[in-house]
Amino acid sequence: MKQLSVFLENREGRLEEALGILKDQNINIISMSVADTADYGMLRLIVNDVEKGKEALQKEGFSAHFSEVVAVRLPHVVGSLHDALSSLSKAGINIEYLYALCTKTDEAAIVIKPSDKDGAVKALTDAGFKFFTDGDLF
Amino acid sequence: MIWNESKECMSRDELMNLQSKRLVKTVDRVYHNVEYYRKKMQSVGIEPGDIRGVEDIHKLPYTTKDDLRDTYPFGLFATPMSEIVRVHASSGTTGKATVVGYTRRDIEIWSECVARAMTMAGIGRGDVVQVAYGYGLFTGGLGAHYGAEHLGATVVPQSTGNTKKLITMMIDFGVTAIACTPSYLLHIAETLENENLLGQIKLKSAVCGAEPWTEAMRLQIEDRLHIKAHDIYGLSEVMGPGVACDCEFHQGLHIAEDHFYPEIIDPETLEPLDANQPGELVFTTLTKEGLPLLRYRTKDLTSISYDKCECGRTSARISRFKGRSDDMLIIRGVNVFPSQIEAALLEMSGTTPHYMMIVDRTNNLDTLEVQVEVEERFFSDEIRELENLSKQIARTIQMAIGLAVKVKLVEPKTLERFEGKSKHVIDNRKLI
Repeated sequence: MKQLSVFLENREGRLEEALGILKDQNINIISMSVADTADYGMLRLIVNDVEKGKEALQKEGFSAHFSEVVAVRLPHVVGSLHDALSSLSKAGINIEYLYALCTKTDEAAIVIKPSDKDGAVKALTDAGFKFFTDGDLF
Repeated sequence: MIWNESKECMSRDELMNLQSKRLVKTVDRVYHNVEYYRKKMQSVGIEPGDIRGVEDIHKLPYTTKDDLRDTYPFGLFATPMSEIVRVHASSGTTGKATVVGYTRRDIEIWSECVARAMTMAGIGRGDVVQVAYGYGLFTGGLGAHYGAEHLGATVVPQSTGNTKKLITMMIDFGVTAIACTPSYLLHIAETLENENLLGQIKLKSAVCGAEPWTEAMRLQIEDRLHIKAHDIYGLSEVMGPGVACDCEFHQGLHIAEDHFYPEIIDPETLEPLDANQPGELVFTTLTKEGLPLLRYRTKDLTSISYDKCECGRTSARISRFKGRSDDMLIIRGVNVFPSQIEAALLEMSGTTPHYMMIVDRTNNLDTLEVQVEVEERFFSDEIRELENLSKQIARTIQMAIGLAVKVKLVEPKTLERFEGKSKHVIDNRKLI
């Protein structure tokens, strides 16, 4: 799945400006996370139109790029996230970051940026997990 | 007290005779020993015989930091390397350092000049001098050290870095004088105040230099520490600290004129200017053996007075510095050129990203932040990658300039662009 990643300087109103641009382009945000450091933040978004979102943000001077992430479907039961992660750790795959993904169904889901994407998909598939792809969520 | 009355109080006529004799010898030596100088003089049609005294000095071509870079590392040395007993180095305008070499006699004369300066500051035998300049390739530490030893004082070679330890020794050793940058001395004063230790020090005098400061800052140091503070000037190319220093009357810095011939020129037209006219300071070394320099452009802006000083010294005095005619910055006593940062970024990434240097002063210590735009090719959605990038930039710059820097990644196209020659420095330091 394609994620929209935006580099944001840590100052007032910068996140609001970025989101304003997406709003004007009629882009819907499905899920998001912000990683923060003292000087800057990294805004990570799952949106209904990544191409349009990236172009609009770049046009306004934002540093916006695509990143490939894995969206894993999780049964809404105790321990399912743990099981997914243990299949990755058994395969020796590190997680750069992860966050919860909003779905329209009763399912839970997470977005993962693994150190090795193909390996992660294989390990999760072998453990019986399924995935969301672009378009499944909107 | 005057360290060397026969030299420092010479009549102007006598001095000019001495300077002329030494200049003729210097010109003759560099012409015959340094190919670079010989070619340079030949290119303007000058032979040693054309220089019969200081009145002919304007016929000689100027020397700049670029000449030292072009002849890196030892090309301008006028003695065989077997005569050179020490080298020092300072920042060049790009990657390469400016290297200077000293013969044994050069070191003796340097020590003599520093001893004169410290005597002007009321320091002498029986004093305990803490040298809190950096020791190493920088001339400050060893220059002050040898001068204070020559003076007969007890030297504490503290160097820089650990203020708490410095203060402990200052108290325990009964330190009476200190040599360091003025901003560092203010930092020491502040620490002493905060720790309530001012009553326990025996400090009475300071020789401060290696960075620009104001008369107000000097008075503040005197007031807060209850000491006398003096301004010592020098640059490694010419020698190091001790080229000039101010006496108890603080009416400008007395130049060791029997060793360094000063001129003031218009930095644009390069025409020599009269006494008391502001312009760029130029030095010709008169006694140096290792690295003699003809009409070296310091890029420091000041003026010269030849009036006799109340202290009895007859030497010319330079007024407080009014800035630089190039873009060199002095950060924590270290010379930094924006072009060095540029060269480091270029070396690291192939092309130079947009950057801005922000110089500031926190608790009387200079800080340098380099803001770099996160261009397309640097982008990553992983914080770890971005942090590695800023660490790598910081390391590369630190290796180039020898100063710790804070690197801040900023959004593309947010740093100000300037028409033509871009501006890469914001200096927020307020010289109080």
